[in-house]
Amino acid sequence: MSEQSSVVPEFAAASPAAVQAPRPMYWSVRRELWENRSIYVAPLLVAAVVMFGFVISTIGMPQRRRATVLLPPAQQHTTIAMPFDIAAAMLVVTAFVIGVFYCLDALQGERRERSILFWKSLPVSDRTTVLAKTSIPLLALPAFTFVIIVLTQWFMLLWSTAVLLPSGLAGSTWIHFHWFTQSLLVFYCLIVLVLWHAPIYALLLLISSWARRGAYLWAVLPPLAIAAVEKIVFNTAYFGSFLKYRLIGGIGEAFVFKAPHGTDSLSRLTPLNFLSTPGLWIGLILAAIFITAAVRLRRDREPV
Amino acid sequence: MTAIEARGLRKTFGSTIALDSIDLRVEEGRILGIIGPNGAGKTTALNAILGLTSYEGELTVLGRNPWTERDLLMRDVSFIADVAVLPRWMRVSQILDYVSGVHPRFRRAKAEAFLTKTTIKRSSKIRELSKGMVTQLHLALVMAIDAKLLVLDEPTLGLDLLYRKQFYDSLLNDYFDRTRTIVVTTHQVEEIQDVLTDLMFIDRGRIALTCSMEEFESRYLEVMVLPEHVAAARALGPLHERQVLGRSILLFDHADRQQLAALGDVRTPGIADLFVAVMGNQPGEIR
Repeated sequence: MSEQSSVVPEFAAASPAAVQAPRPMYWSVRRELWENRSIYVAPLLVAAVVMFGFVISTIGMPQRRRATVLLPPAQQHTTIAMPFDIAAAMLVVTAFVIGVFYCLDALQGERRERSILFWKSLPVSDRTTVLAKTSIPLLALPAFTFVIIVLTQWFMLLWSTAVLLPSGLAGSTWIHFHWFTQSLLVFYCLIVLVLWHAPIYALLLLISSWARRGAYLWAVLPPLAIAAVEKIVFNTAYFGSFLKYRLIGGIGEAFVFKAPHGTDSLSRLTPLNFLSTPGLWIGLILAAIFITAAVRLRRDREPV
Repeated sequence: MTAIEARGLRKTFGSTIALDSIDLRVEEGRILGIIGPNGAGKTTALNAILGLTSYEGELTVLGRNPWTERDLLMRDVSFIADVAVLPRWMRVSQILDYVSGVHPRFRRAKAEAFLTKTTIKRSSKIRELSKGMVTQLHLALVMAIDAKLLVLDEPTLGLDLLYRKQFYDSLLNDYFDRTRTIVVTTHQVEEIQDVLTDLMFIDRGRIALTCSMEEFESRYLEVMVLPEHVAAARALGPLHERQVLGRSILLFDHADRQQLAALGDVRTPGIADLFVAVMGNQPGEIR
């Protein structure tokens, strides 16, 4: 540091213009991905576990597949496609769990480690910051999850093909698992879930910006208390079923399961029914309100 | 041009008055030191100036309202709030990337040049750096921002003597260029005496004293009085009197230098001594 005075001429020569245009939103999102590596590490780990489990399960697969192809087509289909559906479901659930934990920490963590004072010393608005954080569960996680699911299912498809090739049964997997249709299904499912869960993520971000500490408790205890009080006082469980509907009800609105369709048939999708569900739009309006409130709160928040 | 202008700036936390209708005016190119006891309202005042807290009254910083336009204001203002606020999980290279990406007035090459003079590695995480290194890094970032106003709240808190000295040397030699404005608060008053152009004492949310350093030097005199002249010196109405090694030191406001010279050694008091003189007459914690 003793030579610092030599910086003076460089400083005087620095021209005040000619710097690339700032991109606060882009860098704010990158910042989130740097900080929260679990966003991509955890799905990769789960995918690795799923693939490993699948590899194990293919031991003895040719014999079992010989029995399977003797079943009626619908049962064949269920048996063969099931591992692919389980893999996709596990990754979707993983993404949801990561999103929940991410949101609860997103606006509290920066206050806990006091770095909010550093972030606020830069020309990035509270709105940009909060929207960047919102984009993680609403855009980054679903997009990443989609890629991981498709790659995992491709791996499973190719592996089972390789295992079944000597026995001449490899084609049976391809008949019952249409990867393109399946990818479309996964894509649709992820969009449905993100729109349906948007108010949950937004509420958690709001709790994270509001709570001085214990965001996790604030997220979990009040709903439990409401459900308990309702049960004790009225002996009903409307709040519980409301929560359940908000967690998984979107799938029920966006798919039909009863009709005798094939699992991966696109005719199971009911997007119009989903889009005309009041719960979807009420949820999205609430999400917008929660996010706006979180932006306002962050402006006045100090380190905790 | 005026960098900061406040009229009737007021902030309360419940029944506690942190800022009690402060009027403040800082011209461009000044280095203002805000000195005060703990809880005097220094940090609250700085937070209001930086748009980190809401307030009552009027406040304009570089022509902007800091509360509603913080993000725009921060293009022209940089601040070091505390030595430990850099995100601990971040790598040095990432923080350089990030600030270059969001700040239109950040000169990355300048920050890099500053860092090459330190032992800070680009691949290090901030949590792996020592406290002094974190401050050097923060300083490298702030000094590479071509800001019009720099706000420093206890910038050297927790640093050892060597770093503190280097910090103010860098500030004056590498950064300050007479068009920038710097506002600094610290308890290490004696360190910034030669750095400041203006001085403000703040106590319990009010401004207790405000003057330029030229004014300070012409206005306040300290005399180490010879024992035989103590009574005569006291008759001149000193602001404050203290005993050092058996000698009386009297501090005067607006006294005649010639007259005082006859009574003993005359010199300009330290800011700390004036602080004690001005604040010591009132109850309250003094540090």
